[in-house]
Amino acid sequence: MRVLILFAHPHFEKSRVNRALLKSLPASDAFTIHDLYELYPHFDIDVAEEKACLVEHDIIVWHHPIYMYSAPAILKQWMDMVLEFGWAHGAGGDFLKDKTALNVVTTGGTRESYLPEGFNRYSLTEFLRPFEQTARLCKMNYLPPFAVQGSYRLSDAELEAYAGDYARLLGRLSLGDYDVQTLQSYAYLNDWAGAASGRATP
Amino acid sequence: MMAGFLGQAIIYLTAAIVCVPIAKRLGMGSVLGYLLAGIIIGPFGLGFIGREGQDIMHFAEFGVVMMLFLIGLELEPSHFWKMRRLIVGMGTVQLGATAVLASTGLMLLGFTWQAALATGLALAMSSTAIVLQSLKEKGLGGTMGGKSAFAVLLFQDISVIPILALLPLLAATTGHAGAPHARSFLVDLPGWLQTLAVLGAGASVVLAGRYLIVPLLRMIARTHLREIFTAAALLIVLATAGLMSLVGLSPALGAFLAGVVLANSEFRHELESDIEPFKGLLLGLFFIAVGASINFGLIGQTPLFIFAVLLAVVLIKILVLAVTGRLFKLMPDQNLIFSLSLSQVGEFAFVLFSFMHQAHLLSDEIAGQMMAVTALSMALTPLLLLIGERFALPRLITPQAADQIADSIDTRHSVIIAGFGEFGSTIGRFLRANGVEATILDNDSSRVDLLRKMGFKVFYGDATRLDILKSAGAEDARILIIALADPVTRHDLIERIRGHYPRLRLMVKTKDRADAYDLIDAGIRDIYRESLDTSIRLGVDALIRLGFRKYSAVRAGLNFLKYDEAALEELAKHRHDEQSYITTTREYIRLQEQLLTNDREANPTINDHAWESDRHTYPSGKA
Repeated sequence: MRVLILFAHPHFEKSRVNRALLKSLPASDAFTIHDLYELYPHFDIDVAEEKACLVEHDIIVWHHPIYMYSAPAILKQWMDMVLEFGWAHGAGGDFLKDKTALNVVTTGGTRESYLPEGFNRYSLTEFLRPFEQTARLCKMNYLPPFAVQGSYRLSDAELEAYAGDYARLLGRLSLGDYDVQTLQSYAYLNDWAGAASGRATP
Repeated sequence: MMAGFLGQAIIYLTAAIVCVPIAKRLGMGSVLGYLLAGIIIGPFGLGFIGREGQDIMHFAEFGVVMMLFLIGLELEPSHFWKMRRLIVGMGTVQLGATAVLASTGLMLLGFTWQAALATGLALAMSSTAIVLQSLKEKGLGGTMGGKSAFAVLLFQDISVIPILALLPLLAATTGHAGAPHARSFLVDLPGWLQTLAVLGAGASVVLAGRYLIVPLLRMIARTHLREIFTAAALLIVLATAGLMSLVGLSPALGAFLAGVVLANSEFRHELESDIEPFKGLLLGLFFIAVGASINFGLIGQTPLFIFAVLLAVVLIKILVLAVTGRLFKLMPDQNLIFSLSLSQVGEFAFVLFSFMHQAHLLSDEIAGQMMAVTALSMALTPLLLLIGERFALPRLITPQAADQIADSIDTRHSVIIAGFGEFGSTIGRFLRANGVEATILDNDSSRVDLLRKMGFKVFYGDATRLDILKSAGAEDARILIIALADPVTRHDLIERIRGHYPRLRLMVKTKDRADAYDLIDAGIRDIYRESLDTSIRLGVDALIRLGFRKYSAVRAGLNFLKYDEAALEELAKHRHDEQSYITTTREYIRLQEQLLTNDREANPTINDHAWESDRHTYPSGKA
């Protein structure tokens, strides 16, 4: 199983958290990272190239920070352009069928702030509905998100733990070592990755 | 006579060519190589050269003068001013303490106080030539230790003036009549007039540098005669040295001053590369002469005494230097570099000892022994530095050390722009707006002057000259942007870079498509056609004027740019298929036709279906 990480961060050079996450991945043929802002600085996404790449991978990861309760603009651009009618969805749009999709996100707010009584009033799952439904439209299995939260106040040790979970999660997914139904029962994939490593998640 | 000169030249050059590479290979540095070469061909080695070593040394001391001129060139006046505390502070402590300790020791050995004081002062001096050459070779010139060493050397050079004034007085008090020959016509003048002359000489160097030399160089540059420029550069150094000797100042100090004055001029790099080879050869010659002048006969007679004195002198110097470095808060590793590098007795001591000998302050034997100590201490320095570097430094390196090494006197830039016309200067402005300072090379001196007034770091020089590229920092730079108008010059430059700096990334501006093909053939990847982006931008705006939505027009522009770049590479491959001879104009027309056909066949925007919602048709209820 090959994992395609569609990474979108307009200011990656300043993102300590995302650097740590991506750095934790072992160099392996199983992972392909598409750094969208680096590949397409003019938003001129190469649709043919992206489609060819999608076909070669089984697990699609939308990896991005949460800005204004959604993904940075280029990821929306990518979805608008690449997930074409007749290719990804609609009549004859079966090229993504049965692949797995998920969001890996980083948020400034804590997990608690994304509760009904919290500052942001809705859960991440709610905010990520467009991704969930897009995945469903393209006949993909959508998994709960993996989230690094409270990113401004993470200690080095906490960040390292998150990075470890991230690498473990994607590692297990790449081995096909998972069952979609079980995973979908979690609110956050953090809990699965943390439980797998025998450590309580914060 | 001619045969004698030729023979000598052949001996010196051969010795250097044989010894220096071997020494470098063994990690000893070129200074030690030259010294060894001198010892080998000297009277106590193979005996190829005899006692004339001394004369050659005086001649070769000119290398030191040139070296200080070059150092001055690399040091802008503002930097120099910032160093004043180091120069005066460290210099006074080092010179004072060393002289006092050494003199006390010598008096205990039975020297008269006059002789002890004079000798002590001479021993306190260090060798500018050896220190700076060794530090530069090890890349330590820009470190705190290197800068401090330089500051102390400058102070020593300045103190030569009062020391030389003091010596006749000391000689007079010993009762020996007949002071040595007058050094300059000034000695007979009253003190205040001497001071005035010295100040006047300094001022005239500064004023002449600013108002006479620079305009003169500009005039010479316009003649485009390279050898005349070289002649002018040599003349500047020689004339300054001459003026300084006339008023009794150290010629090296004068040349340094001239260098500092010219550091701000656009000719800095040109002067640097013109003087550099002369300096290198003369310094080499100087070191060989020092090696040849070591009197092993004398050492053989009293080896214990000489080595004891040598050891004592070097230890005292290192001790005082280490304390000085500590007082001025040098990091331990920097202090080690500082202390070891300055631990030898300088070439100036040769002058002082022979002077004292003539003034009957020192006996024949003692003067000879002291000179032997001086020469040996010089030979010891590269060895000490080597030992320090191998064994002590690794233990002392502080975390900041790496940063300090990067902070050298002459800030090397990682981008060089060759050609600073409209195109190049826009790049320069853009880079600077983003905090990247580029080194700029241009050979239009009027433009260079204007841009410098606007605060750009622009240097005058022919970019295809290897020495200019080197002084512009081609070795350390990462990118060379070539924005030259003339394809022939550009071609020369590319060839030269390929040969000497293969790691330098080349980004090249071209005039048009045909021009770009030549570069593709030459294997250049990063090619920027002068008008491509602009014409597409204008086309995009035209589409917008015609009623296209802006984003669609901009996307069409981006696509066209990509398509055209790809087409360029594709067509370049097939360009040589055609056998028949075509004139440039006809080839140009043919190219245009080919392009127009291709554009119609493969409209790059046609496959762009994004956001075309009218194509989406779902059976029911779906968007």
